[in-house]
Amino acid sequence: MTTTVSSPASTTVQWTKKDLLGLRELSVDEIKLLLSTAESFREISLRPIKKVPALRGKTVVNLFFEPSTRTRTSFELAAKRVSADLINITASTSSIAKGETIIDTIKNLEALKVDILVIRHAAAGVPHLVAKHAYASVINAGDGSHEHPTQALLDMLTIQEKLGRIEGLRVSIIGDIAHSRVARSNIWGLTKLGASVTVCGPPTLVPACMEQFGVRVTWDVREAIRDADVLMLLRVQHERQETALVPNLREYRLRYGIDRERLKDAKPSVIIMHPGPVNRGVELDSAIADGPHSVILDQVTNGLAVRMAALYLVSGGAKVEEVGG
Amino acid sequence: MESRAAASFREKAKLLDADAVRRTLVRIAHEIIERNKGIAGLGFAGICTRGAVLAKRIAAEIQAIEQQPIPVGSLDITLYRDDLSRIAPNPVLQATDISFDITDLRLILVDDVFFTGRTVRAALDALADIGRPKIIQLAVLIDRGHRELPIRADYVGKNIPTSFQERVEVRLSETDGRDEVVIEERVDA
Repeated sequence: MTTTVSSPASTTVQWTKKDLLGLRELSVDEIKLLLSTAESFREISLRPIKKVPALRGKTVVNLFFEPSTRTRTSFELAAKRVSADLINITASTSSIAKGETIIDTIKNLEALKVDILVIRHAAAGVPHLVAKHAYASVINAGDGSHEHPTQALLDMLTIQEKLGRIEGLRVSIIGDIAHSRVARSNIWGLTKLGASVTVCGPPTLVPACMEQFGVRVTWDVREAIRDADVLMLLRVQHERQETALVPNLREYRLRYGIDRERLKDAKPSVIIMHPGPVNRGVELDSAIADGPHSVILDQVTNGLAVRMAALYLVSGGAKVEEVGG
Repeated sequence: MESRAAASFREKAKLLDADAVRRTLVRIAHEIIERNKGIAGLGFAGICTRGAVLAKRIAAEIQAIEQQPIPVGSLDITLYRDDLSRIAPNPVLQATDISFDITDLRLILVDDVFFTGRTVRAALDALADIGRPKIIQLAVLIDRGHRELPIRADYVGKNIPTSFQERVEVRLSETDGRDEVVIEERVDA
């Protein structure tokens, strides 16, 4: 029999923001609140009836201007599990294709009285622009190479779940750091919570100027692996400009791919993370992706809880603004 | 779901001291065993935060008497509140932790202060999503009256008539450093 009476939340801060745009603008307490709220939501998906009535009567719009399956599906399930109604709009099937401006699209959606806009866009800053013009809450589901806050939060929740803490841990992020919104949001979040972050990859993808974010830069993957508590691999995004920045995938694998041999230098307790989808045999070998160190599927499970928490908190934050608080 | 408005309160009277809290919980433990003719199929769910503490204590008393373990869990009812769309910001969530199957149990729901009945209404909805107990009984430390819903308690530690200008504060050593129940009245600044 395990019974734990949860102690009163370690932070007394409450969420008063209308939007969740990025981790850069959040305080340490706000990030901790998001994580502890997500922890509470995790249990709901283990119930026979996986649904709570918290956002009954609210409408969430998934507005994806860039293709996405897992993030969109995760937000969709999260909305349904907190009893919100949800519609999906993808750029190719919307009036965007007919030349409507983003602000007009948003104004039209608001005329339909929607409450939360979940936005993904290839250009950095679009969710921020929309948030300024919309009464509805905006959650950034990835904007260009800028931020992807819910991904970083689910990564942090997974680290906390597996290793018990974030503060004092060494986290190495390996891959295309320069173009990665996942890396950027994780760098903001992890350093705020007291982890030391190392970024690693080919110099074309990991500029030395990344040091200004308060991280260590290395181009030697062995150095990134040694002493790391967490290895976070990023997908080689061959659909983006990267093909010009790395000679070929085989060379990337030889220099930066994680396989059994390379992992011999790692701490026995190391956990391997990946935001997915994994290019098996490029950044990560199948034996490692499916191996005992991998927490990739736990990340997916935690993503759902983080998105339920984000929807719950911003819906309350929007009310604060209504009241004029 | 007592509102914690910005108004200030001062202590009016102490209703229970540490000994009285202990004796009251022992009595409730005996009543639960008597009413249910033993402890077969018994389980506890305490409403966060102090109801969960009380559930653990009552279950421990029963275990001491009957020498058998009893499952205890904690229930956060925030997501089931009927005023979620009217309050801002949304309240901080705590964990629901019921790691046993409640279906077909005789489930004792425990809270510290029984007031409007809205918390219990939310708790009943939450429990219905988790399983289907054979019976749900309600145990409360303090019943302060002013019900707004047709709900009653099966086990009451102490009945206390109160006015809306007052609030009942239950303090427990696990959460507040000491055991006591006090009644406070609003001070108009």
